[in-house]
This record gives sequence, structure tokens and C-alpha cells, in this order.
Amino acid sequence: MSNPITSIKLVLLGEAAVGKSSIVLRFVSNDFSENKEPTIGAAFLTQRVNINDHTVKFEIWDTAGQERFASLAPMYYRNAQAALVVYDVTKPQSFIKARHWVKELHEQASKNIIIALVGNKIDILEDNENERKVAREEAEKLAEEEGLLFFETSAKTGTNISEVFLGIGEKIPLKGLEDEHNNNGLNVTEDQRINLANTANASENASACSC
Amino acid sequence: MGEEMDTEYDVIVLGTGITECILSGLLSVDGKKVLHIDKQDHYGGESASVNLSQLYSQFKKNPIGKDEIESKFGKDRDWNVDLIPKFLMANGELTNILVHTDVTRYVEFKQVSGSYVFKQGKIYKVPATEMEAISSPLMGIFEKRRMKKFLEWISSCKEDEISTHQGLDLDKNTMDEVYYKFGLGNSTKEFIGHAMALWTNDDYLQQPARPSYERVLLYCQSVARYGKSPYLYPLYGLGELPQGFARLSAIYGGTYMLDTPIEKVLYTDNDSENGNFEGVQTKLGTFKAPLVIADPTYFSHKCKSTGQRVIRAICILNHPVPNTGDADSLQIIIPQSQVGRKNDIYIAIVSDAHNVCSKGHYLAIISTIVETEAPHIELEPAFKLLGPIEEKFMGIADLFEPKEDGSKDNIYLSKSYDASSHFESMTDDVKDIYFRVTGHPLVLKKRNDEDAQEE
Repeated sequence: MSNPITSIKLVLLGEAAVGKSSIVLRFVSNDFSENKEPTIGAAFLTQRVNINDHTVKFEIWDTAGQERFASLAPMYYRNAQAALVVYDVTKPQSFIKARHWVKELHEQASKNIIIALVGNKIDILEDNENERKVAREEAEKLAEEEGLLFFETSAKTGTNISEVFLGIGEKIPLKGLEDEHNNNGLNVTEDQRINLANTANASENASACSC
Repeated sequence: MGEEMDTEYDVIVLGTGITECILSGLLSVDGKKVLHIDKQDHYGGESASVNLSQLYSQFKKNPIGKDEIESKFGKDRDWNVDLIPKFLMANGELTNILVHTDVTRYVEFKQVSGSYVFKQGKIYKVPATEMEAISSPLMGIFEKRRMKKFLEWISSCKEDEISTHQGLDLDKNTMDEVYYKFGLGNSTKEFIGHAMALWTNDDYLQQPARPSYERVLLYCQSVARYGKSPYLYPLYGLGELPQGFARLSAIYGGTYMLDTPIEKVLYTDNDSENGNFEGVQTKLGTFKAPLVIADPTYFSHKCKSTGQRVIRAICILNHPVPNTGDADSLQIIIPQSQVGRKNDIYIAIVSDAHNVCSKGHYLAIISTIVETEAPHIELEPAFKLLGPIEEKFMGIADLFEPKEDGSKDNIYLSKSYDASSHFESMTDDVKDIYFRVTGHPLVLKKRNDEDAQEE
């Protein structure tokens, strides 16, 4: 018997160029590219991790640049069970922005969302600790006040990247997920939903009306 | 945010209504560099879904406060009320576009539970299959047989097999002549024409039968696809659709700026009368493109009224609509002749099952084309069908269309959302604008997606 699979919608938030896509690329493909162009054409990326006897499948949504001019759609947060709020440890402005995103998530996203605060680009500090512009303590304090997971990472070297996702995976209530949906007042009956994509081929093949 | 910003684009799109968002998505997928701007701070324009606070402030002179709203109707954020009521035809063009662009990944759909038609003071389920026709109380026993023959003709008619046409020429015979051949009576004509072909008036009777034939076929195929009704509806409201296509555009490189009013439109030779579109000036800078696509509100002087006005009444109920078997969603059509009008009245009903209102509530949106000086009275027959109404929001909208096709000034404008109950005229507008902008017809291709490995 294979492990039960829990699918998790995870959204990325953070100022442009803090390394959101690089973190995902490192996690999904164990890869890094120095001057990465903004992601083109990917609806969302998926990656599975095994936690105890469970498989957690992350569906990772990138902002697709829509955060740049404050134009993220409510759809983006909709039903997200986890979020990474990313800042650059060498850029204080990006940490101010991170505080804003945490607030935004508390207002817009579902009540039980699991948020991880992620300070990226710690590889820069290895050469010169003076480059650090966001104190670890300050970020830890925010995480504690707001009930967030907290990691400092480097997408470039891979430091702590898988820990972020494992940390989130461990906090996801694996079996109780469906019940939580109902408690949120979402009240969705699975059976009536339509999967348009799955029936696409059927309709293409049907040449004549079947009525 | 102080980053450098591109100022040259292939296309600038103004307004994030569904028409503009689909075009923005399609053009981005084609590799065009798109800048998409909305003067409002949310997606959707006219085709947005709004919460109750927004609804009150938009429709009421003295809106009640958020606390009072929440004590009456539950959490404000649970509400996503459509401003323009429409459903998707399950086999219609919007469904096709959604599937081929993979926007289905962002939006979940549910079937609408029923399609009803009003006749002599009562509502009846619209029969769309031969089986349903046989059991429908709408027709007598002989009429049922004739209806069955008609539906058999619809489903078996093949373009290149003359024998299947049963002597009818879709391009020469009128629809009235088709009805005559099958011997169908007036009340059957009425529900075929209005509840299945979804014509809003009787003009179609004297026109060639082909469009009516295609509409009835679309209705039957749509019902056949999922069973209960021909319609689909997105969870969280129609406002999800523009957001989904905007995301499609963004993941293909489209740039989005909400809450960015257009301070000035730039024309070649500074000639706003005869010049071509050159760019727009906004608080974020000046952006240029050889062409612009926009909704009528951005270029009102380049649009004209169609002469039609639509009245829409959004009603909040705390009970299902009577005589519908407590359906969580349905459409009711009141054909014009039943209430002495020229145009049909539509009612679209959705509920908390679609995450558009708080638990126990129902939203009914009534719409029709205004015919008199007292339009709210024209809706009376519809209000009567709904039972007690908790709250009502009424608005009248003029319908606009562009004066020109955009070939002269490179300004391509969409039409206002009409009174029809589905999106077929909207997708016609999308395809028409796409053709005028690109010079070639829209061909939907399956997206070549790298990350589809795990579905």
C-alpha cells in the first residue's frame, strides 16, 4: 500500500528579487541559476515530500510578478493552506514588506494557514557578516508574535531549503484536512464539482449531440 | 518599489473585465508583451464579484455599516456577489477557452442544478432530452411526440448528409418554417426559442434557422455533458474568471497594475481627434504600445449606446426559491409573451453552495431589457416567484458598443456585457477583437506545460 497523499496549496509572497522563485527551484529541482529571469509559463510547480507515513504534495504558486504593483488577486490566497513570506537578509526594505505580507495573509487567507517567515540569501553573509541588515533576533521576534515558522536560508547553496518545506509539512493537519474545510464554513460538497479539464477530450471526441 | 520598469509594450490593455482578461491572457501566451492596467483597485471591472460592503456603497445612497451588515447577513468576506449575472454553457466557447488555456487549474466549477421556464403563473423544468420531453408536464401527449421528432432531427442533422436534413435548408428556411414542419404549437415554440435557444425576443422566428439550430444544439450538448442543466458556475463567483485569465497573462510575462487611473491617453501628433493611439500616462509613468484594448469606460467618446438599457436586481434571500425542490442553483426564464413584454426576464439563482454568500442564504439576480418608463415594475413577475426578499439592489445600465473597429486609430474596444444569460456573446466579442488585433482567427491550442507532470 502506498502512503496517503495530502495536497497542499502553498503560496509565495515577498518583495521582487528576494529569491522566491529560486527557493522553489532549489526545492523542486535542486537547482539554482544566478540571474534567473522571472518565471514564465508555469501555473504552479509541484513537489512531494514524505513525512512519517504520509506523502505531502506541495502545489506551489508563484506570484507571477503580480505583487510588483500591488496587483495580486484574491484568488491567489484562496484556500492556501501554507505560505512562505520571503525577505532578503541584506535588504531591510524587504523585511518591512514581509511584515506587510504577514498582515495581509491574516486578513485575506484562511484562518488556519501555516506561514513560514524565510530570510533568504544568507550565503552572502558567509563572506561578510556586515552585509546582514535584518537581525536574526528581529525576525525571530516577529515570528513569535505572529505564530510563524522561521528559517534563514540560501537558495544558492541549498542551506535550510528542504527544512522549510518539511517544517510546514509537519504542521499540516494531515487527516483532519477535510473536516477543517467544513469548519471554515466553506461547505463544499466534492461530488457536485466539475473537473472541466478531465472531460476535455471526451467532448472533443464526441462528434454528434448525444441528446 | 523603485525597480526599473519597461515602458514599451506590444499591447496595453485597460480594464480587467473578463473580455479584457481573456484577451490579455491569449495575447501573452502568443508571446506578446502585455501591460494590463485597471483604474480600480480590484480585478473584474463590470464583471467583478463584490462583497456586501462594496455592494451597499455602490447601490445605496445611505449604506449601512459593516457591523450592521454582518449582524444581518454574516461575514462580509463570505460574500462574492456578481454584478452581471451569467452562467457558462457546459459545452460553450468560454468552457472551451478555459480548458485550452488551463485556467481550469485556478477555478473550480459546479453544475447549476436546474433550468426552469415560466408558463401561466408556474415554473417548469425545461426538457432538453427526448426522455425529459416525454415526461414533461409542459406538453400534451401528441405534442410530446412532435417535440421528440424535433429533438431527434436536431441531434441527427449532419451538414454533409442531405438525407438527415429532412428537406429543410438551415440557411433558407426560417425557424418558424422548421417549427411548422414538425407541427409544433405556440407554447412549445416558446420554450424551444426562449428556454433552449435562449433568444430574448421573437425576432428569430422570421430569420434563417441556422443560428437557432446551433443554439438548440449547444443547449442539448451542454445538458448532455453533466446532466442536470446546461450551465456551470464557478465557486466564489464569476469574478474568479477575470482573475484566472489575469494570472494566465501574468505567468506568460504580462505586467499588472491595479488602482492606476489613466491620467492621459497619448495620440500621434498630439491629435486626439484623428491621431493613432500611442500610449498612456499614469502615476507610475508613461507607457507606450502600438495598440490598446479597452472596455468602453476608458474611451466613452469612442463608444455609442446600443439603444438598449438593462435593469438588474440583486436579491438576497434566506430560503430556497419556492417550487424548485430546494435547488441550490437554477435559472428561471420568463418568456416575454407570458407577461406581455417584448423581452424575456431572466433570474439566475446561486447560493452558499457556490461560496458566494454566507450559510443559509441565496442570491437571485433578475435582469431584463428595459421597455417602459418604470423599469422596476417590469420585474414584478420575477419578484413574485422568489418569495420573501431580505434585501434588494437595483441598477440600470446603458449598453455601449464601439463606434469603429479600431483599424484607424489602433484603439480596440469591447462591448458592454449584455442581457443574455450566458457568455456566448462575450466570447464572440473576444474572438472578434482577437481577429482584428492579430489579423488571424483565434485557434485554441493546448498549452505546452512543463509542470503538468503530476496531475
